[in-house]
Amino acid sequence: MRSVYLDHAATTPLHPEVSSLMGEFMREIFGNPSSLHSFGREARKWMEEARQKVANLIGASAEEIVFTSGGTEADNLAILGVALSRSEKGRHIITSSIEHHAVLDTCKFLAKKGFEVTFLPVDRYGIIDPDDVRKAIRKDTILITIMHANNEIGTIEPIEEIGKIARDHGIIFHTDAVQTAGKIPVDVNTLNVDLLSLSAHKIYGPKGVGALYVRKGVRLEPILHGGGQERKYRSGTENTIGIVGFGKAAEIAARDLDQEFSRTKRLRDKLIRGIFEKIPDVRLNGHLKQRLPHNANFSFFGVEGESLILSLDLQGIAASSGSACSSRSLQPSHVLAALGLPYEWIHGSVRMTLGRTNTESDIDYVLEVLPDIVARLRSFSPLARKLQA
Amino acid sequence: MYSEKVMAHFRNPQNVGEIPDASGVGEVGNVICGDILRVYIKVRDNVLEDVKFMTFGCAAAVASGSMTTVLAKGRTIEEALQITKKTVAEALGGLPPHKRHCSNLAADALRKAIEDWKHKEARTVS
Repeated sequence: MRSVYLDHAATTPLHPEVSSLMGEFMREIFGNPSSLHSFGREARKWMEEARQKVANLIGASAEEIVFTSGGTEADNLAILGVALSRSEKGRHIITSSIEHHAVLDTCKFLAKKGFEVTFLPVDRYGIIDPDDVRKAIRKDTILITIMHANNEIGTIEPIEEIGKIARDHGIIFHTDAVQTAGKIPVDVNTLNVDLLSLSAHKIYGPKGVGALYVRKGVRLEPILHGGGQERKYRSGTENTIGIVGFGKAAEIAARDLDQEFSRTKRLRDKLIRGIFEKIPDVRLNGHLKQRLPHNANFSFFGVEGESLILSLDLQGIAASSGSACSSRSLQPSHVLAALGLPYEWIHGSVRMTLGRTNTESDIDYVLEVLPDIVARLRSFSPLARKLQA
Repeated sequence: MYSEKVMAHFRNPQNVGEIPDASGVGEVGNVICGDILRVYIKVRDNVLEDVKFMTFGCAAAVASGSMTTVLAKGRTIEEALQITKKTVAEALGGLPPHKRHCSNLAADALRKAIEDWKHKEARTVS
């Protein structure tokens, strides 16, 4: 059977150059980068090269990169680290209602521990109004954390402008760039950010490794204590194999960014056009233009998302959904809810995220298979009947 | 995640559709949780001559609807009332823990359809 992977926002396969370098490294280099002897020095050399490559991807200096176990830890370190180091100055945090759970739930955790959190709304395209950020700022605001682009709907937020507001007020600004780095240009100086989260496995690197960019001069309390690795920000012997893979992935992502941007965007636009041509009662969630090039998020009225995902899977197509039934928590997507989307549409949502694995014929195949799947599920849906009536 | 039987019924659900001159209709679920299931019955001489269902729901909802109609069709009203969520789940080879309650709606919808029929019958007699 054909196999079409349209879930690159969930994770990506290792780039062949990444896996071959990791293979070489793990066979030959095992030293602890903290050791003084030649084995340790050799491992450190590889690790520092990787650090430079990750820094290059976001226009940072190598010494501003702190390696972590992934995007979730980077978000936790940023938010908890600022909260712990600045709690004397204030206990107010500003975030948005559409953040990834790694940010959202960390903020909610702090709210239970005596901090106050403002969750900003978004408009119907998922865009945060910088004016809302300005208005939410108080004397005791210590941190603003707003994602660079949303993982579900691909909406790109006005980070540059929000960063400027934060800077004017002397407030630390963190952005989760897990979905954007390597996909669209990310530059920490243009974006006016102090802290920025990254993940390797979203850019054809390995799972279990990520990084937090920490601007020079920004103080953070560590959340992991021990041997003082990563300039004391993150104790624990570094995941050298993962870090080396991350470095290579970052280098390739930077090298191929323009080409992959145009290629995935062209295929994505073809997918959107085709679906609107072939399937009635469909909507595109998110913003039409201010959007990641590889993201499409549709809602098919009267169709339940999990049924749609499983039907696609039976035809070899991998996608994801924001429906309640498709999540383990049985909660519908908080992002689609924040857009003000009615439940009938939320449950019928399907996210398709393109990447390196996709070709033109993948899109043709989806456009051939999907209309029949939607029609079949609608044929026995009481909601679809309602719409026709 | 799902048993083979669930997937078989999801791929090829039995008795889907509406019964235009149904003796009774029962609907359960709501759009907030994301599962709606409607059962139609046609009763003759105290027997469920036909049973059909419609659903907006996940694979477990589709499969439970399909299995319930299979179990109920041709049964007497008394026999059909013995069908529970548990019977349906067992006949499907089990359901994942988080799907046992919210998506296994068809037995309740069937009971509601029978009640609906009983109400109508009572009105016709009086």
